Amino acid sequence: MIVVLFEDGGRRVPGGTTMERPAWAPNDIDLDRPSAARVYDYYLGGSHNFAADRAMADKAMQILPELPAIMRANRAFLGRAVRYLAAAGITQFIDLGSGIPTVGNVHEVARELEAGARVVYVDNDPIAVVHARSLLASDPLATVIEADLREPGKVLGHPQLQRLINLDQPVGVLMVAVLHFVGDEDRPSDIIARYRAAMAPGSHLVVSHGTAANRQEQGARMEALYARSPTPLTPRSAEEVATLLSGFEIIDPGVVYLPLWRPGERTTDGTPAAGYATYAAVAHL
Amino acid sequence: MKQHGHDPPDSRFRRQAAVEATAREWAHIVARGSFGQMSVHDLEGRLSELTTILVESLLSEPFVSRPARDVGASLVAAHFTGSETLSRTIELFDDRLLQALHADTAKYRGRLARMNGALAAGFADALRERALTEHEAILRAALRAREDAEQAMRASQARFRAVFRGGATAIAIGDVNGHILDVNPALIDMLGYSASELRGQRVTDFIHPDDTGDMREIVASLIHGDREHVRMEKRFIRRDGGVVWGRIALSLVRDDEGTPSYLVAMGEDITERHHLQTSLQRQALHDSLTKLPNRAQLMGRIADALDADVGDDRVALCLIDLDGCKTVNDTLGRDVGDRLLVAVADRLSRCVSGSDQMLARMGGDEFGLVVSPSGGGTQVIEIAEHMLAALDTPFSLDRHHLSVSASVGMTERPVRETSASDLLTTAGVALEWAKAAGRGRWRMFDPHRASGQPSRFALSSTLSTAMLYDEFFIVYQPVVNLTDGAVIGAEALVRWHHPQFGVLRPGRFIAVADETGLIVPLGRWVLEHACRQAARWGAGSARPPMVCVNVTLRQCHERNFVREVARVLNVSGLPADRLQLEITESAAMTAASEALDVLRRLRQLGVRIALDDFGTGHSNIAYLRGLPLTGIKIAGAFVEGLRFGADPVGEQMVEGVVSLAHTLGLTVTAEGVETERQARVLRELGCDWAQGHLLSRPGSADRLQNLAVSPERWLPGDVG
Repeated sequence: MIVVLFEDGGRRVPGGTTMERPAWAPNDIDLDRPSAARVYDYYLGGSHNFAADRAMADKAMQILPELPAIMRANRAFLGRAVRYLAAAGITQFIDLGSGIPTVGNVHEVARELEAGARVVYVDNDPIAVVHARSLLASDPLATVIEADLREPGKVLGHPQLQRLINLDQPVGVLMVAVLHFVGDEDRPSDIIARYRAAMAPGSHLVVSHGTAANRQEQGARMEALYARSPTPLTPRSAEEVATLLSGFEIIDPGVVYLPLWRPGERTTDGTPAAGYATYAAVAHL
Repeated sequence: MKQHGHDPPDSRFRRQAAVEATAREWAHIVARGSFGQMSVHDLEGRLSELTTILVESLLSEPFVSRPARDVGASLVAAHFTGSETLSRTIELFDDRLLQALHADTAKYRGRLARMNGALAAGFADALRERALTEHEAILRAALRAREDAEQAMRASQARFRAVFRGGATAIAIGDVNGHILDVNPALIDMLGYSASELRGQRVTDFIHPDDTGDMREIVASLIHGDREHVRMEKRFIRRDGGVVWGRIALSLVRDDEGTPSYLVAMGEDITERHHLQTSLQRQALHDSLTKLPNRAQLMGRIADALDADVGDDRVALCLIDLDGCKTVNDTLGRDVGDRLLVAVADRLSRCVSGSDQMLARMGGDEFGLVVSPSGGGTQVIEIAEHMLAALDTPFSLDRHHLSVSASVGMTERPVRETSASDLLTTAGVALEWAKAAGRGRWRMFDPHRASGQPSRFALSSTLSTAMLYDEFFIVYQPVVNLTDGAVIGAEALVRWHHPQFGVLRPGRFIAVADETGLIVPLGRWVLEHACRQAARWGAGSARPPMVCVNVTLRQCHERNFVREVARVLNVSGLPADRLQLEITESAAMTAASEALDVLRRLRQLGVRIALDDFGTGHSNIAYLRGLPLTGIKIAGAFVEGLRFGADPVGEQMVEGVVSLAHTLGLTVTAEGVETERQARVLRELGCDWAQGHLLSRPGSADRLQNLAVSPERWLPGDVG
């Protein structure tokens, strides 16, 4: 109640929009509700999760048993994309919707090529943020901030981000496996446009995005499952994903299924590409 | 190392081949469950190291399982933890390893089983250890996050309490039906009720009955989710019966499931601001003296009338201008003048009734009445007559009995065919007609009459652009020497070629130009053009004609007028003694010392200065003597008397004037000479020069140039 007393309490109401929450109004901490970050960790075989997360993930895997493989492929794509950006000279990264830190984090991958790479992780899950903060405590060139990527002003204006990232220089912005949690009512195109406006020429945007293309029935069931979670799912087509990237130039091979994005000699299992139900793309300014 | 068994795997080469083949197979198994962060090559390399360790432990004497255990743990450390990685790894070793090593004996099968067991145990322990570590980490993070959240919540609650208890904002929390659950001190102050008196009551019970109308819909729209909060201004009734204005934001609080649970109203007392606003609004739309609506409000009313989609509606505007108010101000003081205006406003108001009529004070002593919709010209005329009659009775203020009359100009038009400025203009024109007709009259605007006769109003509105559009031109009326009939000069007369009213004479617009101040640029323009044109006259002639230019008192008062004249002479090349500036007698008589100084300096330039319209003012002869003049022009009124019959008195007066002027060394010009008799008598009386229709009508500059060099003489036929 206290939250709402101050009008724009950040609560979503039917027909309303999500208002920016005052910085001093606390988020809910509810371990009985699944969190996208912890569910993702469970798909990857991690144990940074609770019963509610595992229950949710198990239901999802009943619908789409390939989910762990998809998530690993997503993680592998993240690694390839960060290596590509680092090779292109990007030394600073913003990972939006970074989730629970796990193997192959952006700063670890980037530093294979550029020892001084600076990384800001952004997530709106307070637990994921606290955990990441403890992991990054001794790293002066990486940090995590608690913010919602749907509020670009808040993210880009965050003092921690401004401390590490020089927006006058090219920056790598990652929206990996997160945009499908941004519904159309939140105008993802406008959100991305606001990040784009803040990015210097030469900057890159890395995107992976869940899709129901070729899997309408599973997609619908998955949407229904996530609709009851705090993070409803909005799968999009390849065309829609490309539209989200308007204003950027999408590099080869364009918007493709995860394993098809510059596969190189990395290891894969034998699942057909379309089975990954997730598009990947890298674009630049 | 001593070899045992019947087929000892003694070949290092064979062992190496077995390791590599196994590692390759193993890499395929591991890759399936990996994150793909290692290349195939790196993965095979890493697994071949692990395979070497396993093979060496398998073949070593005595057999120890510890290395296999460590390899299991290494798999976990390298994140090779896919769900089937372990089982398929063990299958691989079971199926292939001993054959590849050529060691498929009971002894090694036993060892292999123990090795696989140790590998699985190491893997499981490491995985369990990692899971526990991770789980502990996430749990710790969760606890920490919750602590942070709770701390933030406590801080938030403390802030809220501070705002609720100590803030200036009035806050009421109610249930969804509007029953008050809690209020804060600011609200208690605002309404004057105690907290216990307020609890349980409905919020709407305290809203002014006139302001409660839309509350139900507002709350419904909140509950329905159409809006998150509503801002409004409402009046509230205090416990003591007083009324306070509140600016309120009403919000609906929902629980986590989205069910409406509370209504929260926050507001502030804006009574003072509201009163100030109301009074400012009133001031902006009312005349502070008479309390009538002001011009702005009347214009607003006209705009409303014109904006409405009104079919065949008509609208009327009356302008009521009081005569004689200025005299009252000047003689009895501003205070009495103001009270008179209030009294007049009061009487006029009584003539106005109904919501279709609005009386306003337009400013000064002018009132306006708009009738919308208008019931036709007759209705408006009735009101006008009523108002004129209402002013018939003198006003008694203190000991004064003051008579006031008014002129009323009206216009009455179909809404579709008019505009605000058209209404004002036409009513203004009608007002001038009414004034011209004498006091206490009304006139209704008539477009036919208007098109023939330009009003001052119509002229003043177009005068300012006339210069821009080059609508002025100059004609020259020759001045003739009465002795020999020679053209000795010409008076420059300005004409206005009005796009609507045709060619206008100065009598029609000079007064308007003087009032509006446009006389100054106009005068400058005439002076410059006349001098330029006159400079070309009579080239080669012994006595090229001079040009006479009228100057108003106002021009004399202009700074730099003397310098301007000098500049014009210089630029045009006209010798100074061929320019005669003419100033009216009345102007010269009232001229202040600065203006006199101007005349003296002009004279010093060599410019001729004549007193125009001599005889119409009350000339003080002694004063005349002090003026730096070169000549006088006798007013037409004197000359007119000499037209036909004998007029001994008139003739004597002219003779006296001529004699006086000659005594002072001034030339005498007679204006308005129309008959031969006038010309003859004037010459006999000693008048030097003359101008008038008899001699020549005004003409163009070119015509004058021709006259200047022509031997033709303008002398009355019977003279000579």
